Amino acid sequence: MHSISRRRLLSLPLVLGAAAVLPGCAVSGPSRGSGGSSGPVTLNALFMKQASYSEDDIRGMLAAFRKAHPDITVQPTFVAYEALHDKIVISAPAGTYDVVLIDCIWPAELASKNMLLDVTDRYQRTWLDDILPGTLGAITYKDRRYGMPWIPGGKIFFYNTRMLKDAGVDETAMSTWDGVLDAARTLKAKKIVEHPMVWSWAHAEAMVCDYAQLLGAFGGRFLDDAGKAAFHQGGGLQALEWMKRTLDEGLSAPSSTKLLEDDVKKVVVQGDAAIALNWDYMYSESNDPKQSKIVGELKPAVSPKGPGGQGPAVDGSMGLSVTATSKHPDAAWQLVAFLCGKENQLQYVERSLPVWDSAYEDPKLTSGAQAPLVAADKAQYGSLIERPQVVQYNAVSQEIQAGLQSCLVGGTPAAQALADAAAKVNRVIGG
Amino acid sequence: MSLTLRRPTSTAPRTAGARRGKVERQWPLALALLAPAMVVVFGVVLYPMGRTLVLSLVDATSALQTEFTFSGLSNYTALLSNSEFWATVWRTAVFTVFSTAVELVVGLLLAQFLNQRIRGQWFFRSLVVLAWALPTIVSANMWRWILHPEYGALNGLLMHLGLLDSYKDWIGGPTQALFVVALVDAWKTTPLVAILLLASMQTIGDDVYEAAAMDGAGAVRRFLSITIPMLKPAIAVVLVLRTIEAFKVFDIIYIMTRGGPDSGTTTIAFYTYLQAFSNQEFSLGSAAAYLTVLFIFVLSLVYLRMLRTDSGGTA
Repeated sequence: MHSISRRRLLSLPLVLGAAAVLPGCAVSGPSRGSGGSSGPVTLNALFMKQASYSEDDIRGMLAAFRKAHPDITVQPTFVAYEALHDKIVISAPAGTYDVVLIDCIWPAELASKNMLLDVTDRYQRTWLDDILPGTLGAITYKDRRYGMPWIPGGKIFFYNTRMLKDAGVDETAMSTWDGVLDAARTLKAKKIVEHPMVWSWAHAEAMVCDYAQLLGAFGGRFLDDAGKAAFHQGGGLQALEWMKRTLDEGLSAPSSTKLLEDDVKKVVVQGDAAIALNWDYMYSESNDPKQSKIVGELKPAVSPKGPGGQGPAVDGSMGLSVTATSKHPDAAWQLVAFLCGKENQLQYVERSLPVWDSAYEDPKLTSGAQAPLVAADKAQYGSLIERPQVVQYNAVSQEIQAGLQSCLVGGTPAAQALADAAAKVNRVIGG
Repeated sequence: MSLTLRRPTSTAPRTAGARRGKVERQWPLALALLAPAMVVVFGVVLYPMGRTLVLSLVDATSALQTEFTFSGLSNYTALLSNSEFWATVWRTAVFTVFSTAVELVVGLLLAQFLNQRIRGQWFFRSLVVLAWALPTIVSANMWRWILHPEYGALNGLLMHLGLLDSYKDWIGGPTQALFVVALVDAWKTTPLVAILLLASMQTIGDDVYEAAAMDGAGAVRRFLSITIPMLKPAIAVVLVLRTIEAFKVFDIIYIMTRGGPDSGTTTIAFYTYLQAFSNQEFSLGSAAAYLTVLFIFVLSLVYLRMLRTDSGGTA
């Protein structure tokens, strides 16, 4: 029997430590397999829970994919949009996911940090002629493509036609933000609804989306040509002043500064507000008698115009990407191409519209229940406003969110709140 | 577990030798039993701590980064010279002091109540533990819905009772939101404080109270002059534990407010999370995490010093 000396005992943790450390050190950037999927393959894919395609829709799509590719099994994971980015980042070193859903504000960050696979050369030539140009920003960074667009479009402007009629407001007033303001005042004065407008102005990305849409309408820009913050003056400032005015006059629900898009949807479909910006999916849910009190009353429209005649919708396109750490990039790309394919998308037009221009000639879109939404969406595709396409977008967005909330909630004058935010954004971008 | 390692003794060499032989024979078993725990401790505590320390001293800005440049203490100085960081420290301190104070006062009263000889004592004790038994993510979501400004149950109830004319936004302002999330934290953790204090309370002998009563001390006097002083060690434990936990608060804020409104609930842990995972500023996040540890360490020392027992040792 050997005795164990103190020295040997003390050396034990080092050995155990090395055993624990070495596998950790092995995580060293993208580790690609051959990509060839000769045998059965299991892919892990990350999607979001709310908005656009539902979990059931996606599971249906995956079942169809499995039927077409019996050797490829897909394990989906669904998280809230608010957790999507962080999940992608945290899981990257371990290579947990092969396919991830990305928002149009992330390609610069994720591609510059080598987290996504460059699939530019995998595109078929005909695709670029048919994919809606406005959606390509969701997967493009420095002219290279890092996935395929899956969910197109911008935020839609919705209003309740019955409430407007009851208030005697002509729908043509809804073509400008000034007209919207007047309509809201009338709705409130005639006690049709206590707070005619509701927004997703919570301390989150949703608020930046709404702000971007208004900033664009008032002729503002997030960044100037030199890449410096420009939202604190001109149209950017007017947009925030407009937002604050609607709160001060009680035209916007005070709770707006705590709500996300899903909350806005619930308020609208309960008939507690007449005017809102939201994503496509609010339309079909407003017409679902199981959850809506305003079936047939909600009308989707193009975003109202500002004083300069512009009315861009904020780009909210999303895409599917293959991660750079995927061990099965070929199979993952097959999945992406299938899910984003026209045939698949046409099966689920009630939850999200296709990214293919030619799909809009399909009778399901031209004459179905979605036709009014399709018309509004299609009209907006050519004039989407982008949020800043910078590597440090999340940090930039946090500063903009803080500035907007400082004014809307904290009472800081709009000019000062935005000037402070702009100074911080310049520091973030300047490093 | 303690083991004697080949320590020679002069008084009973034969007995010591036999014991030593027995101990030496048991080493392989002891090591085999310890190994899993040591691997786990190293893997989930020591290695991440070391890795975080290293990250705080380099320039890690990507989850996939493999080559780093040593940057010394620049991440620490960047944070310490950042007014936004100090604002998060201040908010965290307010949150910690408020929630810990509420938990201590209410927990003490609850413990006193649960210590009474009343019918159904077991029922009340079980009931109190329920809130603590709920996972934080569940209770935070529950309170988010209860306090929701548009369709929250609290608003509905108060409207139904005629106590409100219209729905109220309970977390509308930044300061208000900070105190509300602190109260939710207190609601969740007060039962734990109460149980800890109750356990200590039950070690105080009845004879002490009887003697004080014979000397004419009333209930309040007995509570202040006997219960509180004798609970000092337990109170110290509770304060240190709860301060550490409250200072690290993250989950309640992530679920209920995500740092808003107007950054009013962006505490140091949430700020650390934003830097590390939302912005991929892993070095800044790591430095913020180590500064948090430092703050907690200093606070704990202060508590322990303040609560020294009469014998001179810390509680």
